[in-house]
Amino acid sequence: MFGSIRVSSLTNPPEAASGRLPPEGAPPAARQSRFRGGPASTPPKSPSPGRRAWLRFKRNRLGYWSLLAFVTLVLLSLMAEVISNDRPLLVRYQGTTYFPIVKDYSEKTFGGDFDTATDYLDPFIRERLSQAGNWALFAPNPYGSKTLNYFAKEPNPSAPGRDNWLGTDDRGRDLLAQLIYGFRVSVLFALALTFTGTLLGVITGAIQGFFGGKTDLAFQRFIEIWGSMPELYLLIIFSAVFAPSLALLLILLSLFGWMGLSDYVRAEFLRNRQLDYVRAARALGVSNWQIITRHLLPNSMTPVVTFLPFRMSGAILALTSLDFLGLGVPPGTPSLGELLSQGKNNIDAWWISLATFCVLVLTLLLLTFMGDALRDALDPRKAEK
Amino acid sequence: MTPTLVASRTALPPEGAVPPKGGLSAELTHTLAASRTGPTPLLDVRGLRISFAGQEVVRGIDFFIAAGEKVALVGESGSGKTVTALSLLRLVQNADVGGQAVFQGRDLLSMSEQALRGLRGQAISMIFQEPMTALNPLFTVGEQIREVLELKQGLAPVQSSQVAIKLLADTGISEPQRRVNAYPHQLSGGQRQRAMIAMALACQPQLLLADEPTTALDVTLRGQILDLLASFQAQNGMAVLMITHDLNLVRRFADRVIVMENGLIVEQGATADVFARPQHPYTRRLIDSKPARDGAEQLPPAGAPALMTAQGLRVVYPIPLPGFKGWFRHGEFVAVQGADFSLPAGQTVGVMGESGSGKSTLALAVLGLLPCSGNLQVTGQTWGISAASNRAMRREVQAVFQDPFSSLSPRLSVEEIVGEGLSVHEPGLSRHARRQRVVQALADVGMDDGASAARLAELLQRYPHEFSGGQRQRLAIARALIINPRVLVLDEPTSALDVTIQKQVLLLLQRLQRERGLSYLLITHDVDVIRAMAHYVLVMKEGHIVESGAAAQLLAAPQHEYTCALLAAAS
Repeated sequence: MFGSIRVSSLTNPPEAASGRLPPEGAPPAARQSRFRGGPASTPPKSPSPGRRAWLRFKRNRLGYWSLLAFVTLVLLSLMAEVISNDRPLLVRYQGTTYFPIVKDYSEKTFGGDFDTATDYLDPFIRERLSQAGNWALFAPNPYGSKTLNYFAKEPNPSAPGRDNWLGTDDRGRDLLAQLIYGFRVSVLFALALTFTGTLLGVITGAIQGFFGGKTDLAFQRFIEIWGSMPELYLLIIFSAVFAPSLALLLILLSLFGWMGLSDYVRAEFLRNRQLDYVRAARALGVSNWQIITRHLLPNSMTPVVTFLPFRMSGAILALTSLDFLGLGVPPGTPSLGELLSQGKNNIDAWWISLATFCVLVLTLLLLTFMGDALRDALDPRKAEK
Repeated sequence: MTPTLVASRTALPPEGAVPPKGGLSAELTHTLAASRTGPTPLLDVRGLRISFAGQEVVRGIDFFIAAGEKVALVGESGSGKTVTALSLLRLVQNADVGGQAVFQGRDLLSMSEQALRGLRGQAISMIFQEPMTALNPLFTVGEQIREVLELKQGLAPVQSSQVAIKLLADTGISEPQRRVNAYPHQLSGGQRQRAMIAMALACQPQLLLADEPTTALDVTLRGQILDLLASFQAQNGMAVLMITHDLNLVRRFADRVIVMENGLIVEQGATADVFARPQHPYTRRLIDSKPARDGAEQLPPAGAPALMTAQGLRVVYPIPLPGFKGWFRHGEFVAVQGADFSLPAGQTVGVMGESGSGKSTLALAVLGLLPCSGNLQVTGQTWGISAASNRAMRREVQAVFQDPFSSLSPRLSVEEIVGEGLSVHEPGLSRHARRQRVVQALADVGMDDGASAARLAELLQRYPHEFSGGQRQRLAIARALIINPRVLVLDEPTSALDVTIQKQVLLLLQRLQRERGLSYLLITHDVDVIRAMAHYVLVMKEGHIVESGAAAQLLAAPQHEYTCALLAAAS
């Protein structure tokens, strides 16, 4: 596919393929007359290096389908409230339409006794809602991430069955809901962490690599000192000092996560800045900022892009491990790590650890496949195959 | 097969197992018979085809090498000459190789890997182009030579180290006892190549494959290495297949020459014959591709104003000092010392010298890309510190660099690359006007290929990887010329190009100089390029200008011994 595109682009002009140059053309006067009409309308675009990398990526089927699957899963998890929710999406009760998914209604609205928010899992409420003329549209999985089913028929943790498709955890929360919301938290956290880490890494690497010399020296020493701090103990100490929250975790992990990437970007910059096209740009008087953004950054992004999926899976794993240790997200936040820890504590409730394990493996596997495909797509040595 | 092939002197038909006698001219049949009636050739290659992933790079070639013969395989990059040599020892990976290569009655292409291993390094050995990467940096030269001896000849370590020293001494390395314990990085380029030759010749092979053995070396060293090979060849009576693009070397070295183009042999014959009466148009083009002056040299008018003058120009690089001192200050490496020259309008000053002579440093200093001391004036101004004050000067001085593959950013389109100077120096230009200027610049450097304007506008959205080396160099020239500078610094503008393309680019540069009155500061190691282009010449050695003067005079009657050596090596 890619080969044919490349060949067709080379056939025009023909000498590009044969490696030979045209003979010196007509005298300049004649040549100028040809351009009096001005350039033609927008010329056809040949595939840019980025586009060719994308085509190469697509040719790796495993990676491509992994990307599609992963994007689908993330999109689905972003709509988790519609898929897994203890409130109905829509209720029709005695001629009035209610939207419990966005609004709290007191139990009295539906004929209950208390002025508290309605528990739609309550058999009494369910009965009211199923009376003639009334109806309720529930999410496919009628549990939210924090929903405790006070009307469960089995003790917690309950095995997979009709009420809870994947069973419940030891507090009686639906496992499927936990997984859906936990996956969402993990992926969003990983995206944020990857973004901040990459941004910091690229900026610091670019500064070191572009300016070199003393700037580079100072920064390298700083990285050596910063990198020798015991990250895990700092996290433990901070989680004792501050109230645990996702934002705190994000900041702490970002503070230490940029260094690896920074070194790669620095090396790329050091290599690229002495190439002739950068020299030519300097000779043209292009400003430093322009040289960095126009010439160096686009040509130094290969390691950054290649590492993205691996950084994502690293971030997911980091969050999961911290949660497993109890140092991660605040209690009550759906989290894969916490589920794993529950699975460890309730070893006979096999469904907890098994389901969580499967979700984790699937996520990491998809990311790894994507990373492999990206690496192939950006590898210049594979370009000509 | 093709008409061109039949026209060539001893070219065999590509299928070539048995040449159809009736179909060949009488002369050809005669030559063929003559070539086959002697003793069986040492190596007989028939119908060699090599393809990578379905793409054929060598398309059925036949040639032979007689024992003790020096054969040169000539062609431009991409002609398949290196792959041909490598495939004889089956050193090419991922390639489909077809045909036969009969060496002493055995087919190299079909024998077992084990049998072939017995031949490699023993009966057939190889010298590579770049001795720095061909030698293992972790072992001393002596260890690498001894490895061959112990592996192939079963010598004991004591014996082998003696032989290694003797081999090194034979290659003319001074102090072989000491050098045998040197690591590759401790040797100079010439010494490394000598060590490689010692390694290749350790087992006195019958056939030596030399892949561009002198290309990575300075001109003065090239002759020495070539003489060394020739003397070994005379002593041992081995056959040599030399792969090269340098016709000067071929003329000096080879008995017979084989010319390849696009995976086919277009001509082969005795060297003197081929050079005197080239039959195939491609061979003729190769021989004619020596850089030439376009029209008669116009003598520089005496009073031409100098666009650029340098007095006592000095450039130093900081180097780390050893020990405690290095913590607080740097040492200095003087790359250019006391350079005086002036560049008149419309003229070319050629700077000649070997690698490490400081000529590229001089170019960077003139461009204001390296700090320098001394007095350097470009169109009456000097380089300042701030980028803004330098901008006006940058408009006057532009540069074209050596490597066409690294001189264009791979992620920008042609329009962005060529138009970059306009965005800096004429930011007010409308998009349409800028595009028109880019198209005009492309036409000026001959990118239009005699095609329509629409075709040229089509190039705008292409990326550098779609162009050949010569076209990329034209793009680099267009990028420099689009802001109408008066001085162009050309740092080895053609040394990475094939000879026929080199000639075209040089002609282009001469035409632009004539039309626009440009001044060139031309940096090159190639005497032929200087001869074709320069009005004045500076000869640099180890940072000093050892000789300077008008080109015609200096080249005809060099004064300094270094200049004499350079000129002698190039002839």
